[in-house]
Amino acid sequence: MKVKMLSRNPDNYVRETKLDLQRVPRNYDPTLHPFEVPREYVRALNATKLERVFAKPFLASLDGHRDGVNCLAKHPKNLATVLSGACDGEVRIWNLTQRNCIRTIQAHEGFVRGICTRFCGTSFFTVGDDKTVKQWKMDGPGYGDEEEPLHTILGKTVYTGIDHHWKEAVFATCGQQVDIWDEQRTNPVCSMTWGFDSISSVKFNPIETFLLGSCASDRNIVLYDMRQATPLKKVILDMRTNTICWNPMEAFIFTAANEDYNLYTFDMSALDTPVMVHMDHVSAVLDVDYSPTGKEFVSASFDKSIRIFPVDKSRSREVYHTKRMQHVICVKWTSDSKYIMCGSDEMNIRLWKANASEKLGVLTSREKAAKDYNQKLKEKFQHYPHIKRIARHRHLPKSIYSQIQEQRIMKEARRRKEVNRIKHSKPGSVPIVSEKKKHVVAVVK
Amino acid sequence: MTANRLAESLLALSQQEELADLPKDYLLSESEDEGDNDGERKHQKLLEAISSLDGKNRRKLAERSEASLKVSEFNVSSEGSGEKLVLADLLEPVKTSSSLATVKKQLSRVKSKKTVELPLNKEEIERARTPLEQEIFNLLHKNKQPVTDPLLTPVEKASLQAMSLEEAKMRRAELQRARALQSYYEAKARREKKIKSKKYHKVMKKGKAKKALKEFEQLRKVNPAAALEELEKIEKARMMERMSLKHQNSGKWAKSKAIMAKYDLEARQAMQEQLSKNKELTQKLQVASESEEEEGGTEDVEELLVPDVLNEVQMNADGPNPWMLRSCTSDTKEAATQEDPEQLPELEAHGVSESEGEERPVAEEEILLREFEERRSLRKRFELSQDAEPAGSQETKDSGSQEVLSELRVLSQKLKENHQSRKQKASSEGTIPQVQREEPAPEEEEPLLLQRPERVQTLEELEELGKEECFQNKELPRPVLEGQQSERTPNNRPDAPKEKKKKEQMIDLQNLLTTQSPSVKSLAVPTIEELEDEEERNQRQMIKEAFAGDDVIRDFLKEKREAVEASKPKDVDLTLPGWGEWGGVGLKPSAKKRRRFLIKAPEGPPRKDKNLPNVIINEKRNIHAAAHQVRVLPYPFTHHWQFERTIQTPIGSTWNTQRAFQKLTTPKVVTKPGHIINPIKAEDVGYRSSSRSDLSVIQRNPKRITTRHKKQLKKSSVD
Repeated sequence: MKVKMLSRNPDNYVRETKLDLQRVPRNYDPTLHPFEVPREYVRALNATKLERVFAKPFLASLDGHRDGVNCLAKHPKNLATVLSGACDGEVRIWNLTQRNCIRTIQAHEGFVRGICTRFCGTSFFTVGDDKTVKQWKMDGPGYGDEEEPLHTILGKTVYTGIDHHWKEAVFATCGQQVDIWDEQRTNPVCSMTWGFDSISSVKFNPIETFLLGSCASDRNIVLYDMRQATPLKKVILDMRTNTICWNPMEAFIFTAANEDYNLYTFDMSALDTPVMVHMDHVSAVLDVDYSPTGKEFVSASFDKSIRIFPVDKSRSREVYHTKRMQHVICVKWTSDSKYIMCGSDEMNIRLWKANASEKLGVLTSREKAAKDYNQKLKEKFQHYPHIKRIARHRHLPKSIYSQIQEQRIMKEARRRKEVNRIKHSKPGSVPIVSEKKKHVVAVVK
Repeated sequence: MTANRLAESLLALSQQEELADLPKDYLLSESEDEGDNDGERKHQKLLEAISSLDGKNRRKLAERSEASLKVSEFNVSSEGSGEKLVLADLLEPVKTSSSLATVKKQLSRVKSKKTVELPLNKEEIERARTPLEQEIFNLLHKNKQPVTDPLLTPVEKASLQAMSLEEAKMRRAELQRARALQSYYEAKARREKKIKSKKYHKVMKKGKAKKALKEFEQLRKVNPAAALEELEKIEKARMMERMSLKHQNSGKWAKSKAIMAKYDLEARQAMQEQLSKNKELTQKLQVASESEEEEGGTEDVEELLVPDVLNEVQMNADGPNPWMLRSCTSDTKEAATQEDPEQLPELEAHGVSESEGEERPVAEEEILLREFEERRSLRKRFELSQDAEPAGSQETKDSGSQEVLSELRVLSQKLKENHQSRKQKASSEGTIPQVQREEPAPEEEEPLLLQRPERVQTLEELEELGKEECFQNKELPRPVLEGQQSERTPNNRPDAPKEKKKKEQMIDLQNLLTTQSPSVKSLAVPTIEELEDEEERNQRQMIKEAFAGDDVIRDFLKEKREAVEASKPKDVDLTLPGWGEWGGVGLKPSAKKRRRFLIKAPEGPPRKDKNLPNVIINEKRNIHAAAHQVRVLPYPFTHHWQFERTIQTPIGSTWNTQRAFQKLTTPKVVTKPGHIINPIKAEDVGYRSSSRSDLSVIQRNPKRITTRHKKQLKKSSVD
């Protein structure tokens, strides 16, 4: 006779180490777990709702400037350090963890037009309305010493922007022309012009480091190769571009913040058609900065809001605004991709979470797993109308909201007119232009 | 049995006598004749033996050589089917042998001569010598059994002829007619049921009460013992009434009335009425000298008592639960079955003329029916004579009492008013003879209608007809059942079909159809298969009974009809009442105007489920569900099944193993807090140094990264 015995083998349930997962016997028979789609749908719905519940993006406001913040710069080696230049010529260095100003420099007379840090993080450069380029040490002067720039370069014209090379001791300024400087010399290595107009900003490509792009008031974006004496090519848009930003993960991609409320992502090898037109702002876009992951960028606008766009989407995924925030002049995405800083007219620098509902601080593994799962669910069911509606819902200031409505009407009217024109003219005589091509006037090489 | 034996002996006797006579006139020797007889018998035995060889037909071929009073319903003789034994046939095998040729010749000669002698023979037979013989003859005559030729009784012959082809056709036609009539009556009853007028119903009730009274009177005369019993019951009912709070002006209604009574004359009257009712119900009965009066009184009080038993029956009949009412109904059915033989003799007595008096409007139909019934009755009577009360007596008694009870209940209800006014009662006395005359007629006709002994006799059931009508309606949409039913109830009468219907519905139509009815037996067609599948039938019946209440198909059909109706485009009526004509309460715009301003809705497209009887397709979009349904195929997908597949694959840990779950849920980009992510570098293209263990960014989806720009991953820490 066979006697059935209870037998327990510790191998089956005892963990080898404390860090091992607990063994949970589970039956994955699908018949035991029915309704997977509806259940996951409900989970996704709940996750979406919770996401909206926990969406509190605003973290801190750094105040201390006595005029509007005109430019911002990140420290290349230190996440907690941020530099800002104001319209009264004052430069401040902030500590984000303590959320206070650690150093104040009266750098220029008049606006601080541009500020950039050296790739090593030991010094930074500023340009101002006083036609000077100044290099400063990142560390403050010793006790009793006066605040003195390392170098000061006196130029002939006003410099409106500055950017430093990502690897070499070279920086570029813009004004009447684009000048490329060696740090050791007081004269530019080379000056490049294409047409006669003031150039508002210049940016080095972080990957192909000898490439740089500038945007001018004559509506064009010009690309230069540092190794050549002449510019590469330029693209002329409908309206003026305020600034450009290179994608840190894709060398040939840059995004231009335009006066026509849109942002244009270009592939520099095919400038005649932007890769994507990003539109959501209801006023001129003043600044743009890429997330270090290269997946998203943030834009600051004159409409008192900042928006976060996915690179491959034409509509923003997020909009940040507060009642007190005025025209946002400059914006930066921190190097760890978690935070966004924006400097605005009303003298404040604001710190935002890049992901509005993200929990700050250390997550346990289970929290992390749940977060990932929820994220995946939201992604999976993002096309479902109910979920989509909840996920997309944002409260907007009345000014922005009404502007959106107004512009929608205007756009619709334009579209209708175009349709009518096509309808009532000889077939083929009125070309159908896609939205992407519409804004590009010409590409010149 | 004794009669049978007697008949046999008698036959033998007569034969002997005949044979004894023979030698005088014929050359044929006794021995030869006997030998012939012998041979015949032997041959028959042989045939029997052969037929019994195959087991199937054994029963079918069971033959009755002599007439008998008692015929088992299981052993149906094939005699009636027309296979008559002919002497020549019997002799057929003998024909081959030449030695018998002479015998045959002789036989034929004998036959030809014998015809002359027959009258003599008959005389001889009819002349009964001994008292025993006399008695036997009497018996045989009475039962119309053949004395000389033992093959068939005249009734049997008649029954044989009854179902010729033409007859069958006619019968079918009659059945159809009857069915049609039945449906007319059903419709009529339904119509009457729907009438809302209280007055109408009051009048009807009164009429019924009158009728019930008559019936009771009749009962009293027929069965005084039962009447006495009723008296007791009435007394008991009175006691019950005294104990109960009914009619005491203590209920909610009564209290409200009491408040109103001060101001409202009507309320006062209502209260008075109730009080008087109470009084009347609780009044002790004076044992009157006149028996009629007493009985009348007892009956009406008895109403309250009897219901204890009968109300239950009634309620059950109403309710959908067939289990509860089964016993009762079957009881009554049995009772009805037993009733039949008694009623039959009366049937003949009461002719066609009887029921005409009451039912003038339906006279023609009646006549039609009656013709048919008569024919049926002929058949039936024959059969009943064969049946000769095989059933137990206790059942009869049971059913009898049941019937009486139900009758009483109704009666007492009706008689209440009677009791109040003695005068009225007196008048009713006058009508008694009439009642008696009229009463049996409808009852007797019923069995014929249904060509089976089961029938409803009780008045209670008659009363329930109205309530049952809804049930009947329910049954209408079921075509199969209906068909069966109409087959079952070929003869029609205004009242009977309803009762029948109710009964049958509560019991089982299927079952009813398959049960052998005596009339079928009379056709003498063997029905063995029916016996065989009886068990199966029982099973089916049981299931049917269990689910008698919920008629899913009907509900569904109704639902579908409603859905179709709702989806139809509606007409728009733009008529303005009072525009261009007088308007006001009770005035309707003219039909012409309505026609002019009625905008007919265009015929919608045909429904998708038009040709699908078992399906309702809702073509409307459900807005509540729409919020949870994707309407347009999302961008990256090119076909809907791609999208559906992504949705249908669950990613949760409920459905996936831990590892799979982790793999499925890892985000495309993982960033670590506090780590600086530097721009990708040209050096990173093509290779990645493995020495870097700390990754600030882990890109899971390499699709987006071209080989040119692989990102550089470098560690750097805060502060």
